Amino acid sequence: MDATAINSSGEALVMTRDGGALCLRLSGSWTQQTPGRPTPALVRAEFAQYDRVPETMRFDLAGVSQYDSALLSFLLQCHDICAETQTKFDLESLPEGPRQLLRLATSVPHAEDVRPRAEKLNLLARIGEKAMSMVGEGFEILQFLGDCTAALFRFCTFRARFRWPDVWLEIQQCGAGALPIITLIAFLMGLILAYVGAVTLRPYGGLIFIANLVGLAMVREMGVMMTGVVMSGRTGASFAAQLGTMKVSEEIAALSTMGLSPIEYLVLPRMIALFVMFPLLTIYANFIGIAGGLVVAMSMGLSYAQYTHQLTNAVDLTHFSIGIIKSFFFGLIVAATGCMRGMQCGNSSAAVGEATTRAVVSGITCLVIADAVFAVIFNRLHM
Amino acid sequence: MPENELVPHISVRQLTMAYGSFVVMRDLTFDIGRGEIFVIMGGSGCGKSTLLRHLIGLLTPSAGNVFYNGVDFTGADQELRTQMLRKFGVMFQGGALWSSLTLAENVAFPLEEFTDLSPEAIRATVALKLALVGLRGFEEFYPAEISGGMCKRASLARAMALDPEILFFDEPSAGLDPISARRLDELIIELRDSLGTTIVVVTHELASIFAIADRALFLDVATRTMGGLGEPQVLREESESEDLRSFLNRGMPNPNHVHDPATGSPFVLPGDKPRK
Repeated sequence: MDATAINSSGEALVMTRDGGALCLRLSGSWTQQTPGRPTPALVRAEFAQYDRVPETMRFDLAGVSQYDSALLSFLLQCHDICAETQTKFDLESLPEGPRQLLRLATSVPHAEDVRPRAEKLNLLARIGEKAMSMVGEGFEILQFLGDCTAALFRFCTFRARFRWPDVWLEIQQCGAGALPIITLIAFLMGLILAYVGAVTLRPYGGLIFIANLVGLAMVREMGVMMTGVVMSGRTGASFAAQLGTMKVSEEIAALSTMGLSPIEYLVLPRMIALFVMFPLLTIYANFIGIAGGLVVAMSMGLSYAQYTHQLTNAVDLTHFSIGIIKSFFFGLIVAATGCMRGMQCGNSSAAVGEATTRAVVSGITCLVIADAVFAVIFNRLHM
Repeated sequence: MPENELVPHISVRQLTMAYGSFVVMRDLTFDIGRGEIFVIMGGSGCGKSTLLRHLIGLLTPSAGNVFYNGVDFTGADQELRTQMLRKFGVMFQGGALWSSLTLAENVAFPLEEFTDLSPEAIRATVALKLALVGLRGFEEFYPAEISGGMCKRASLARAMALDPEILFFDEPSAGLDPISARRLDELIIELRDSLGTTIVVVTHELASIFAIADRALFLDVATRTMGGLGEPQVLREESESEDLRSFLNRGMPNPNHVHDPATGSPFVLPGDKPRK
């Protein structure tokens, strides 16, 4: 006979060893709010004292005044201890309520091999897996570009099936709808360039060259680049979100099962719309940026005539066309990255958010890379 | 429909479905007869919808073939495939109506793309199809403006637009109230009886299964293959598979046996084993 009393809150738990049986007498309040509740660690400690584990674990809950999940989780953990030590857990010694609940909780065996696939892989395996997924993604991108090229080819040979109203709608949304934000960004860009120019040029008395700086920078680089950034964040993201949502709600599957090509019906109109509108927006941004520079120049004492005269001398059609040529490609890049991320979207609302983020990130990255490539090409061509 | 009258419309041979290296179901071989209402049933996550997606070509089998009227669909080239797809109508789980189009435009879409009907004739057809699913007067509503059940019915109207030879339903009664679900069942039977359409339904609603199915295919999660094929009433009584009998009896392998709460958790389903 061996008795242990744990007197933390009025002898809430008394463990009595009687031969092969261990009796746990619980009393008092067993709720989550009860302070100093006995923990299963005490039972475990009790077990550790024995040379030979008890054959059965029995309970006496007659003294429990009130209980909630706290008691049940204690019992469940005792059940686990019994399972580990191959002690018999005497369910019948529990009163009706806890017994039924505990029976429910223990009737499904603890699922051992259902970890949510977060296996710990070693470094090499992780690198390999990452590399494989990158290769896979590379193929996906190639596949998408191939599909798009084929669709564009069919469009050029008048064989593509899509709806013109979709194109007009996209043109309206990505063109006219973007004007306010393009106006603001381009105007401020011209302003900023002019101020930066003034810092360098004023000490040399060359304030007039602000016109050269603003003009060249806007038409060659900043006009088209800022339009690209704005369109990527605005239109590219919206393409990805639209197509991603359509993917989640199976609208794209519905198109496919009718034997219609989602690339032609959904991607092509958006590509056409941006291909047409991007250069127009770029030209608009160029003029607004130059106007921004003019405001700064005039505030520093230059006249309108001086500024425009200097500008027309500095900026010729070659410079202007560089921006325009790039803008056609940038339009395609923004449309393609946005649509691609949308089409690759997974099957949950979180995936739509991810697709949108990826659309903007890859859109802007591709724009900058393309711009660098163009810079080298135009340099070689002495343009 | 008695077995001896079966004229195969859809034939599935040795179909194995997998996501990467994870095999969902293997070695599925069955025929679906012309004008039959065929139910694909099974517990949650057993691959019912995946099988449907293989049948309609959204997913490619990792092995095996699907034939329609004896023509290989799986191995068909793009052009033949597109032709075959036009004879299908699919009602997706959530409706999958194009959210930028009104109901009328949704139903009209396939008509405009694949027929040379006059706008007047298209309008009349659209009105008919919407009336059939009880949505007359909702032509100008957008999918976001109507309830989920109405979306599903509108989706059925769209699926029926081209008078398809085969209609596929993915969980038609999920999310519908009992009365709408019942009406949809009646509509399905009506479509088969009046138009002779072959109908393939993925569902786990027992009431629906017993009400509509000529034959049912049970996908068994435990064995990862077919767990039974036949008339649901017969399967319920006579199937050798205990999992299947208990599926068709709401968890009680033997319906005459009173469910004893002491024998186990109501949450334990047959075949509810962890995935490897």
